[in-house]
Amino acid sequence: MWLFDRDLWLEIFNTLGKNMFRTFLTMLGVIFAMVILMLLLGSANGMSNGFNKIFAGTASNSLFVWSQSTSEPYKGFERGRRINFRLEDAEILKKQIPEIEVLAPRIELGSHRGVVTVYRNGRTSGSSVYGDYPEIDNITKKSLVLGRFINQNDINENKKICVIGEETFKLLFDKNENAIGENVRINGVFFTVVGIYKPSKNINIDGENAVFIPFSTFQKAYGSGDRMGWMAISVEAGKKVPVIEQKIKKILKAKYDIAPHDERGIGSFDMSEIFNNITGFTTVLKGFSFFIGIFTLLAGVIAISNILLITVKERTKEIGVRRALGATPKVVKRQIVLEAIVLTGFAGLIGFAISVGILGVLDNIFGSGEEFPFQNPMVSIPQFLISFFLMVGLSVLIGLIPANRAIRIKPIDALREE
Amino acid sequence: MIEIKDLHKSYKMGSNALHVLKGINFSVEEGELVAIMGSSGSGKSTLLNILGMLDELDEGSYTLDGVPIKNLNETKAAQYRNKFLGFIFQSFNLINYKSAAENVALPLYYQKVGRKERHDKALKYLEQVGLKQWSSHLPSELSGGQKQRVAIARAMAAEPKVLLADEPTGALDSKTSYEVMDLIQKINDAGNTILIVTHEPDIADMCKRIVHLKDGVIVEDKVIDQVRAQQYV
Repeated sequence: MWLFDRDLWLEIFNTLGKNMFRTFLTMLGVIFAMVILMLLLGSANGMSNGFNKIFAGTASNSLFVWSQSTSEPYKGFERGRRINFRLEDAEILKKQIPEIEVLAPRIELGSHRGVVTVYRNGRTSGSSVYGDYPEIDNITKKSLVLGRFINQNDINENKKICVIGEETFKLLFDKNENAIGENVRINGVFFTVVGIYKPSKNINIDGENAVFIPFSTFQKAYGSGDRMGWMAISVEAGKKVPVIEQKIKKILKAKYDIAPHDERGIGSFDMSEIFNNITGFTTVLKGFSFFIGIFTLLAGVIAISNILLITVKERTKEIGVRRALGATPKVVKRQIVLEAIVLTGFAGLIGFAISVGILGVLDNIFGSGEEFPFQNPMVSIPQFLISFFLMVGLSVLIGLIPANRAIRIKPIDALREE
Repeated sequence: MIEIKDLHKSYKMGSNALHVLKGINFSVEEGELVAIMGSSGSGKSTLLNILGMLDELDEGSYTLDGVPIKNLNETKAAQYRNKFLGFIFQSFNLINYKSAAENVALPLYYQKVGRKERHDKALKYLEQVGLKQWSSHLPSELSGGQKQRVAIARAMAAEPKVLLADEPTGALDSKTSYEVMDLIQKINDAGNTILIVTHEPDIADMCKRIVHLKDGVIVEDKVIDQVRAQQYV
């Protein structure tokens, strides 16, 4: 098989190697094209990774459901009726909709996003106070600076503990004070601080200044009974959140006698929508980079073809001699096409190596930034392989142009004495 | 060895055709050393191109070693050239980025001879032309006479039936010319059939037979007493 013919490859590498400068110039276009393609793809990946980092800690397949007031009269009820969820709703939903992975009920002190004053030694902080289950941590991860989050034991024993945000800490404590184990007073009840967390700058559903206490303690301390404010729900991976959202609403509307088309009785927010938007954005960005890159690559490969055309002209005599010595058109054609492939392939690999280096530097500069969504900008192996083989494929097609030019050279024309 | 009957060849030059060869009848036996002479425009190069399968004949027939040469496609022509013919050119036509040995081995490469054997054969033929110690040199490091000797070694490497030389001494001074002719005579002495196109009478006199071309026809075809080039070297 000619592919494994050592002589053929030696012949090609000799020809290319003996004309180093020409070979280098020819490759330059493809090297640049490959670098541009890889940088574009790598940056798009970096951006995508950066967004993923921002959303890390928030379950993408999640939604929030809360109660509101009705806007339509139904079954004898007047409109404007305030709906209050019961704790049992959580169990009902979990039972009827198996796609629900985690359901964390939550209750809020005061009205929604209402501010409650938290006291400590004469200092105050206007905070949102939530009664929570530990499961909430699976949906919106709290990054703790100190201590721990609420656990099941706190729920079981109705412990009077709380987890406060950094903002609350600043207002209630001195800078270097140890807050863990200290007491704060909320609506006349004392709670011991067990953890301090840092609110996410990017996705925050709790407000800037929030205090979390166990759900069961909340019930006991403030006499909320089995009332529930809202639910944070995560759905099994692969299941469509809007579908589950509709199912949940249908069940709850039936239970609380809300008109089926009443848009206001139950409020909800689909987290996956944001994710899909951003995923859509990065996908478009990647596609766009690929598109631009491929055309750059095409330009690079055409440059190779162009230079090979020139060299074929330059090598007219040589090709003529080879033909006179017995090279068949097929052999000549194969040599030129293989030269194109080797040039492109080699240049592609060099370009790849250079771009990996540049991406590494970019990662060093931007990768650790918190705000800028750019992390680990690298091309994946499939992306590289697709680009590489596409490029080599193009070089075969485009190498045929100079190859066909070469076999049109008649030995007699080539050898004619000037 | 070579049998040509009633050969015609004309070239289209715009609207009118230029009739270059007007009925050539000509044959060469094995072991001959033939000079084809003629002034420029006499058709000698055209004849050589047809003999070398570099150009096609319009009319007549050409038989080489019993094989009729007609209607060859490029691939077949390349294979026949490789098998039957060795070319020696006025301007040597060595490939400038290949060493002397690689140049000599090139026809063998197209015969798909193995690398080792190719190199051994190349060295053998370089030794015959007295350039074995120059085998790894590039053509640019050789003198004109040496280049032509490498070209002769290359022409012989594939062990062809006929060597075709187009003005082999045209680019050389007379001393070097005689050295090259001496080499050609020795190769002929060993039994090889050689055709030389030349317009230099002294070179033609060193062959065994002179065919004189004028205006596309053979005007003279005579066997001569060979002048040995050895005495001038």
